[in-house]
This record gives sequence, structure tokens and C-alpha cells, in this order.
Amino acid sequence: MAPRARPLSPHMTIYRWPVTMATSITHRLTGIALSMGTLLLAWWLIAAASGLEAYQTFSHVAASWPGQVVLFGFTWSLAFHLLNGIRHLAWDMGYGFDVPTANRTGWLVIVLSVLLAAGAFALAYAGRGGFNA
Amino acid sequence: MSMETPLHRVQGLGASHSGVKHFWRQRMTAAALVPLSIWFAWAVLGLVGAGEAQVLGFIARSLNGPVAIPLNAILLGAFIVILLYHMVLGLQMVVDDYVHHNGGKIFLMLFIRAGTFAVGAVSLYALLTICRTV
Repeated sequence: MAPRARPLSPHMTIYRWPVTMATSITHRLTGIALSMGTLLLAWWLIAAASGLEAYQTFSHVAASWPGQVVLFGFTWSLAFHLLNGIRHLAWDMGYGFDVPTANRTGWLVIVLSVLLAAGAFALAYAGRGGFNA
Repeated sequence: MSMETPLHRVQGLGASHSGVKHFWRQRMTAAALVPLSIWFAWAVLGLVGAGEAQVLGFIARSLNGPVAIPLNAILLGAFIVILLYHMVLGLQMVVDDYVHHNGGKIFLMLFIRAGTFAVGAVSLYALLTICRTV
């Protein structure tokens, strides 16, 4: 007698994603993206330390449209990981761990992270950045 | 052969052999990074469109006082060191979760730590160079 196919546990493609699952996975993905971003940070500093020509190369790449897309991704990743990290720290201290609150703060983090990143870019494009120059 | 009893060896350490060290350090670096990354975002937004000279000026700017302290460079250095520490702890979690081959795990962690060390060394060297030349 052929063995019956064993039941398989549902996986990511089967589940209806709760927001807590999405934010958890996004936290990890933005963490990995930000790790890559440290290379950009190191490049920025080494370019600044290496003289005008090296810095102009960096500025040129950063201002190009692919550079701006990467920088927006970096900005949003930082905003998300920061906000969701605060949510994690609150959980570690025992706050907001019940399901309705976790769902609500999950959506809050998603919306706020987009607003923060878009807000930073809006300020920059409106010429309101550069106040430390 | 160890003279420790197995109970003493495992007390407070558990299956990870390092107890809650990793968990605790990840939380402490995270807490430190909350204000530091907000400061970093403010600093970078304030340097949008700035030229090389202005960026160098901001990084090397000294607080006036009895001792001139390059506060921005110090904060940037602290941000980078704590960020990289937090990053290694986080990437280690990813490797522990998804890499099941022990050799691969060790190789990847060595690679990550070597790369992180390089990024940190280059960044801090750049900061020092900027502070010494401006």
C-alpha cells in the first residue's frame, strides 16, 4: 500500500499575511539593506577625506537618479528599522504585546516610516535641507 | 579535562553557550542607536547639497570651550562603531537562522566580521583624517 501523502504545514505563500508577520520580515530585510548601506556611509566619509575630486565623484553618483533611488531606499529602511526597533524594545519591556495593539502599532510603523522618508526627501527637494552646511 | 561540573558549566548559559549576552547586547546597542540615528538623519539632511568644504567643516567643527571638542566627529564615530556592532549581532541571527551547515556558518561569520572590521577601520580612519586636516 502506497503511503498517504503527509500533510504539509502551510508556508509563506499560503498564509494570509498578518501585519505583524509583514513587519517582522521587513525588519530583517531592512536590517540587511542597512548593512549594505554602511558601505555607502564608508564611501561618503572616505571620499570626503580624499579630496575634492573624490568627493565630486561621490556627489555625482548620489545625485544621479539611480543614486537617489538607492538613497531613498536607505532612508526608508532606516526610518522603518528605527521605528520598528522602538516597537521591539517596547515589547521586550512588556508593553503592547497583545494582538490588537501589535497590529495597530504595526500599521503605525509602516505609515510613519513612509511619511518620514518621504518627508525627508520633500524637505531636501524643497531646498530646506543643507542647514548644517 | 575540565574540573568543572557539567552543572556549573551550563549554569546561566543554556544551549547557545553564551547565555543572554547576544540578546542583551543587541538590545543595548539598539537603545543607543535610537538617539544616534535620529542625530545622524538630522546631520545628513542638513548636508544635502553641501560641497566638500562644507561637509568637512561640519564633521570637524569644534565646540568652543576650554577644550575644543569635535562633537560631530565624535558622534559620527560613536554612531558608526555602535551601528557596526549592532549589525554584526543582527547578521549573526540571520546566519544562525538560515545557514544549517556548520562550516558555512563559520565561514560566513568570519566573512561578515572581516568585512565589518574593514568598513569600521576605513570610516574611522577617514574621520581622523578629516579632523587632522581641516
